[in-house]
Amino acid sequence: MTSANPTSNPIRFRGRSFVALVLAPELPFGDWLERLDTLAERSAGFFLGRPIVLDVAGVAMTKADLAELIAELHKRNVRIMGIEGAKPSLLGLGLPPEMRGGRPAGDIEAPETPAPVETKPATDVASDAHDQPQAVQMTAAQSQPTPSLIIETPIRSGQSVVFPEGDVTVLGSVASGAEIVAGGSIHIYGTLRGRAIAGSIGNANARIFCQKLEAELVAIDGLYKTAEDMESQTRGRPVQFWLEGDALKTAAL
Amino acid sequence: MAKVLVVTSGKGGVGKTTSTAALGAALAKGGQNVCVVDFDVGLRNLDLVMGAERRVVYDLINVVQGDAKLAQALIKDKRCETLSLLPASQTRDKDNLTAEGVERVMGELREKFDWIICDSPAGIERGATLAMRHADVAVVVTNPEVSSVRDSDRIIGLLDSKTERAERGEEIQKHLLLTRYDPVRAERGDMLKVEDVLEILAIPLLGIIPESADVLRASNLGTPVTLSDATSAPAQAYMDAARRLNGEKIPMVIPDGRRSLFGKLFGRRAA
Repeated sequence: MTSANPTSNPIRFRGRSFVALVLAPELPFGDWLERLDTLAERSAGFFLGRPIVLDVAGVAMTKADLAELIAELHKRNVRIMGIEGAKPSLLGLGLPPEMRGGRPAGDIEAPETPAPVETKPATDVASDAHDQPQAVQMTAAQSQPTPSLIIETPIRSGQSVVFPEGDVTVLGSVASGAEIVAGGSIHIYGTLRGRAIAGSIGNANARIFCQKLEAELVAIDGLYKTAEDMESQTRGRPVQFWLEGDALKTAAL
Repeated sequence: MAKVLVVTSGKGGVGKTTSTAALGAALAKGGQNVCVVDFDVGLRNLDLVMGAERRVVYDLINVVQGDAKLAQALIKDKRCETLSLLPASQTRDKDNLTAEGVERVMGELREKFDWIICDSPAGIERGATLAMRHADVAVVVTNPEVSSVRDSDRIIGLLDSKTERAERGEEIQKHLLLTRYDPVRAERGDMLKVEDVLEILAIPLLGIIPESADVLRASNLGTPVTLSDATSAPAQAYMDAARRLNGEKIPMVIPDGRRSLFGKLFGRRAA
């Protein structure tokens, strides 16, 4: 984390969360690739352009096997973004990088491509006059409205609320020794005694609001202020924090 | 219906063992069957405060490990016949406590007693989490000073996540017991005021026990303070707290340090 310093331009590492599709190949690879082809026929375009992570935990293979598998997948237009569960001896430059620390995010079903409509429905009067063959569905990623987490109980010391997807609202106080890490803004309807870290995935528009400021540390998009650096007239008051350029600003509400 | 109560705090030395003995004795005097259980394996103190240290044969670890039956380990109090003690081991440590063993012992205790009061060790490790695991009610003992309050807040968070009740989605009743309250220091600002502590911890107040020399005297005599001198200020406060645990509504008395003329002439507090 860097401190608010308007003269230098620090390089900042940002965190970002993506949901990756994970494929777990099974031996023998030949059979598995055939099954993959069948799936690809049914769901054309599902793999196109999507980054895939390969989970090879527990699969006995050599470096050559792995390289061949990736080449075969490339032929099928499957682009491997990373490899999970591989022994370090299998990896190296030229192969996709190792991925660690993935959390399960539910199974993803490959959507079935609907078959093109071939005959005109004879008795259907109310339907469309033209019947067109239905095109291959390409699921476009839609931008979702920012999700928000609402917590109705006070946050106790030692508890940590991490919500990179959006805003966090707390109906209660945040105790000393507790922390809230949000991708969006943080709203505290109570006393903030702990830490509030907003805009954690790189959102410089995030703000922090609280009804009584007794915070140990506040941060927005990597720029932080500790209790020592906060102006004394804001302590104990309803306050908001926001970012202007590289400066963390405070104002009484 | 048996109730398991855990007396916990996070911080050490705030008055958990004293309060366990005092509340246990007060509830037993009221006629209910009470067992106080010492979970502080290796650093046991409850047997000293209860005056039973010369009668310990078997302890909680022996029962958990199956070396002794519960009835062999329980020590009946000489002054109050509905009060019993299950002491902890002094030679072993917390690693000898197993979750299944504790669950079994709790189950057996529930069949025999109305109240089972678990004296938790300090800290947030295995001993403390096992002591709170089967609790229906929790009494969080706090001194009105900043480090005790922060540690109590931490333990309240753990009560809401590491107890069986919390895992089942049920609410565990939490009460705040403010101990070693010194009204003169609170007025001067050296100690936190009652409202400040309640604002930070946000759980209902069970009682305020004033700082008093009677507590040390009682523990040196090996008696719970509610049995040794029932008229002293801490004893009265503990009796009120026990009645509140039973569901009675009693107005809270905040000790204000006023002393009678007699007390002013002859009762100078040593610095």
